[in-house]
Amino acid sequence: MQTLSIRPSLPWLGAFKRKAMLTTFSVLLPVLSGSAMAADLTIGFSQIGSESGWRTSETASIKAEAERRGYNLKFSDAQQKQENQIKAVRSYIAQGVDGILLAPVVETGWDQVLKEAKRARIPVVLIDRGVAADPSLYLTKIASDFKEEGALAASWLAAKTNGRCNIVELQGSVGSSAAIDRKAGFDSLISNFPNMTIIRSQSGSFTRAGGKEVMESFLKAEGGAKNICALFAHNDDMALGAILAMKEAGIRPTKDILVVSIDAVPDIFKAMADGEANATIELNPHLGGPAFDAILASQKGAKVDKWVKANGPLYLPDTAAVEYAKRK
Amino acid sequence: MKKNDFLHKHQKTLAPLLSLVLIILVTASVTPGFLKITFVDGHLFGSLVDILHRGTPTALVALGMAVVIATRGIDLSVGAVIAICGAVTAVLTVNTDWPVWIVILCALGTGALCGLWNGILVSVFNIQPIVATLILMVAGRGIAQMITEGQIVTFHSEVLDAIGNGYFLAFPIRVWIAIGLILLTVIVMRKTALGLFIESVGANVRASRLVGIEARLLVMSAYVFSGFCAGLSGIILAADIRGADANNAGLWLELDAILAVVLAGASLAGGRIYLLLTVVGVLIIQTLTTAILTSGLPVQYNLVVKATIILAVLLIQSPKTRQWLSGLFPKKEGDKKGSTTP
Repeated sequence: MQTLSIRPSLPWLGAFKRKAMLTTFSVLLPVLSGSAMAADLTIGFSQIGSESGWRTSETASIKAEAERRGYNLKFSDAQQKQENQIKAVRSYIAQGVDGILLAPVVETGWDQVLKEAKRARIPVVLIDRGVAADPSLYLTKIASDFKEEGALAASWLAAKTNGRCNIVELQGSVGSSAAIDRKAGFDSLISNFPNMTIIRSQSGSFTRAGGKEVMESFLKAEGGAKNICALFAHNDDMALGAILAMKEAGIRPTKDILVVSIDAVPDIFKAMADGEANATIELNPHLGGPAFDAILASQKGAKVDKWVKANGPLYLPDTAAVEYAKRK
Repeated sequence: MKKNDFLHKHQKTLAPLLSLVLIILVTASVTPGFLKITFVDGHLFGSLVDILHRGTPTALVALGMAVVIATRGIDLSVGAVIAICGAVTAVLTVNTDWPVWIVILCALGTGALCGLWNGILVSVFNIQPIVATLILMVAGRGIAQMITEGQIVTFHSEVLDAIGNGYFLAFPIRVWIAIGLILLTVIVMRKTALGLFIESVGANVRASRLVGIEARLLVMSAYVFSGFCAGLSGIILAADIRGADANNAGLWLELDAILAVVLAGASLAGGRIYLLLTVVGVLIIQTLTTAILTSGLPVQYNLVVKATIILAVLLIQSPKTRQWLSGLFPKKEGDKKGSTTP
């Protein structure tokens, strides 16, 4: 990992350096591969914090990807505070980095600092969340499409049940974008199948306890599993809670009720390996690769989409044991 | 005069009970099968059993909260203490070979210790209870996250499974535990002088001290008891999902607990609590939650509906409403004085 010993202290110097590097790129392009040439890319990464297991693995994945490519990654943990993130971005601008990755803690209030980055001609890549700012102020957003996740869950279920299924749904926290979009994606896909209906839908607040309590009430209200063919949970934790509720009511998950959920947390792979869950869709934490690629592309002058969708795959029980061992 | 006093007391007791019965009846008419109880695998099975089962953690917390409120205090930290004790239970079960009863004792001890911290802040340093317990409310979840290292720690233990979801004599074990603790508390608070002392400290600290009551120790023990109850609740909630969820376990439970105590007719100014009615208050809240979940109401309306019904219950109990109602329906005796005094 090569780093420059002296960093230009003025933004325009940084811009000058990048311009010089770009020329080198175009000369060497036919000879060397992209990653080898970019050996001294310096990237600043402002992360929200480490409030969940998913975010910790996202941080680890981006750090590992930078290491693999030989980039110099400057990391800053904002501990859930926007002001810390703005400070971090400003310091990256002052250091004249080649690109900034930003996982914004909130949607609003970014215009000023994004303008500063744009003026310094440093591309900003938004990671896993969007901002409410003029799209010209940032290079791109690398994030999963929650609607596609919902639709993928629905299409798996449609294929599995031949489009004939009474579904109970555990929604995420009311009003969260993950809950709204996962539901919208799921609903729009099953609307193609007249015999697929959501018979019960309630919020389990993305928690195990919530999922369990709501599933208990579903089972009471429907008089057991006779009328329920599948459970769709907006996240794995709620599904894990619901699986407990089923087992305690003497209902066999996956046999009496199919279970499909989203996120791919380690415990759901254990449940799948034990034959208690059917499918999960990964909320992809490996966003470093596409983010760095976008920065490289912009340096070459290529056009980058404003939203690079980085959806994860659907996992089934056959690989669950291996995946669980990998993630534990 | 005596008759009026009796009537007055009667009315106070009846209001929460009638509200509970009314909510159950209305739910039963909206959701068919709500009252149905069947016998499955040697235990009772049905929505009403769920209400008891789900209400247990809140009931335990509300019990401790009631005792604290009697001393003119409040304990906002119970939700965080639940998270801490759940985390202790899970981490000790996973990382040590200790017998389960030691793990449970450690968790309960942690809860009591958290209560002691609150009690010292309140009674020794004279910090306002709402501020003193706010400190642990905010910091406690962080402590729990440190214990679990930010992950949901899952565990397996037959004894804890039984506490979370086992049955004894057709009823959930945790309901028996709650009944035991509630009865014990009622006996101590009502059949010994301790309850009187605690309420007198809440009503008037200075007067209590002048008649020789050690107020400081009593207030401290009230917080320790509240911490202990929260600890027990934390064990049950962790056992329920077989894991400790530091971010979400017991989240906002303190508010439900305070609400239950108030629904029972207690005064937040201290000196007056009703333990058994507090349990009725918890059942009102839990019945509403379960009823909304089984009713098929769209999720956006959950909180609004819950709040509206709680407001209605509180309005029914308010002295003004009672005054107005007894104005509409004059008593046969012609003496309205008893029912109009708040």
